[in-house]
Amino acid sequence: MIELEGLTKRYGEKVAVDDLTFTVRPGIVTGFLGPNGAGKSTTMRMILGLDHPTAGDVRIDGTRYDRLEDPLTCIGALLEAKGVHPGRSAYNHLLCLAQSNGIQPRRVHEVLDAVGLTAVARKKAKGFSLGMGQRLGIAAALLGDPRILMFDEPVNGLDPEGIHWIRTLMKSLATQGRTVFVSSHLMSEMALTADHLVVIGQGRLLADTSMAEFIERNSRSYVRVRSPQRELLLDVLHQGGITAVAGGDGALEVDGSKAEYIGELAARHQLVLHELSPQQASLEEAFMQLTAESVEYHAHTGTPVPPQQWGDGWKRG
Amino acid sequence: MAATQVVRSEWTKIRSVASTVWTLSLAVVVTIALGMLISALSRSEFDSMSTRDRLSFDPTFISFAGMSLGQLAMIVFGVLVVSNEYSTGMIRASLAAVPKRGTFLFSKLAVATALALVVSMATSLAAFFLGQAMLGEHKASIGDEGVLRAVIGGGLYMTLIALFSMGVAAMLRSPMLSLGILMPFFFLISNILGNVDATKKVGRFLPDQAGSKIMQVVPPLGDDTPYGPWGGLGIMALWVAAALLGGYVLLKRRDAQ
Ligand SMILES: Nc1ncnc2c1ncn2[C@@H]1O[C@H](COP(=O)(O)OP(=O)(O)OP(=O)(O)O)[C@@H](O)[C@H]1O
Ligand SMILES: [Mg+2]
Repeated sequence: MIELEGLTKRYGEKVAVDDLTFTVRPGIVTGFLGPNGAGKSTTMRMILGLDHPTAGDVRIDGTRYDRLEDPLTCIGALLEAKGVHPGRSAYNHLLCLAQSNGIQPRRVHEVLDAVGLTAVARKKAKGFSLGMGQRLGIAAALLGDPRILMFDEPVNGLDPEGIHWIRTLMKSLATQGRTVFVSSHLMSEMALTADHLVVIGQGRLLADTSMAEFIERNSRSYVRVRSPQRELLLDVLHQGGITAVAGGDGALEVDGSKAEYIGELAARHQLVLHELSPQQASLEEAFMQLTAESVEYHAHTGTPVPPQQWGDGWKRG
Repeated sequence: MAATQVVRSEWTKIRSVASTVWTLSLAVVVTIALGMLISALSRSEFDSMSTRDRLSFDPTFISFAGMSLGQLAMIVFGVLVVSNEYSTGMIRASLAAVPKRGTFLFSKLAVATALALVVSMATSLAAFFLGQAMLGEHKASIGDEGVLRAVIGGGLYMTLIALFSMGVAAMLRSPMLSLGILMPFFFLISNILGNVDATKKVGRFLPDQAGSKIMQVVPPLGDDTPYGPWGGLGIMALWVAAALLGGYVLLKRRDAQ
């Protein structure tokens, strides 16, 4: 379990992380989502005690990070920036981390095997591809067989097979009852792996919700209608008690009505339709709406968006 | 977290990069070879020296002449051991593994210093004996008064130079910046300050000038240095302590990057 309490980080004038309070729970994969520069990596560095918070605090299973006995056996992390000496072999890189936490060298071979780097274990890290470097980082995270795992953009640089592997890995780690906290700026990626979502924008908490709830609230379905007699169609719909909003491309978007009903209504008034199609807004769109909102709120009022309102943003738009 | 674990880990780090071997070998080879060369030259020049120069002829000190250049390799060793962590980004993995930053820094320093001490002592002994061999009939003997102290002191001097560099690198983090300050300082600036009359009195309190007093057996004529051999080494140790304290305080306070 990772608990954040009012966590704030300022770099000079820039507020990178702004009063974050949330809990990452065991047994599930928690996705940590936000656009570029939202503060995800900064938050993760503060969780590991690498960056000192300006305010607030973090507890790892109830303990401050710097009070953990052999921290790698409690929490393992893959960080954004690859931190490997290019002249050191993969084996020695993992060995020195293992030794500092009293982890047996046998375990180094195990994790190298688990990430598929055994064949290049004695090779210097400078020859590694982006994906191999990422796998080495994941091996380091798994080294202490920790109860808590944290991955900053783990799919970066991985090939499709590697992406599939890391997804399966994260799910199986969670199934074993571990805490899994993974950042991404791709909603589609999270939809496949995460059970719970924490969304931030400009360092502020925008959403802390289960994935199921997020999908339910954001899988907006509507009907797209296009007609050369657009104004007439609008009148007809209005008379039928249906509100339509302008979509892109001269189309109209209708919420909460069936395509069949709109088609019949148009036929009755002998209107020509060029398109009549049921649509499903993607989660990616919902996510973008959500984070775009945070920018507006930030600029106009300076008050944070209350987490419970996160899903309503697009409806007002 | 036991400090012995961290020491073991730091030993793995230091032995698994090539820079350790080439910096230390360079320090050994340059110190000894240049010492022998200058010893050989001094022997051939002895007969043409003035009586004054002959009176202050210090065969022990001459055999350590290579240290002025060899110490630069020691500086590179000390700087790289610490700043590698920052230039490679390894510092984040290291501090995530060892969040007690004092334990991290001092374990690293202990391992690197122990290695530097072994290499420096061996270098100092070899530089002395090989240098004396070059000096022929003018040579000093290890049993002469003050000679053993100078030989041991030479090893301590090189070790302290390495340790001072580690402290500076811990403060500055960047290898280029650290080397860019330390190399010209020890190779040029300190020499200039020590040889110009106006700055001489200040110059001799600089770490290398104070520290190298321990390698002197026959003081120059009219020497008015206000400290003895051990006093000089003590002054150098104070510089080292200050650099290490600065490195430690900054490491504690800064974000890891
Ligand atoms: N060491 C630093 N010094 C100054 N500013 C920083 C530092 N680290 C991060 N920032 C700033 O803090 C903000 C948050 O950065 P962070 O890297 O945490 O975002 P992120 O969510 O991880 O983004 P991305 O998806 O691009 O990885 C950015 O505006 C960044 O410029
Ligand atoms: Mg990031």
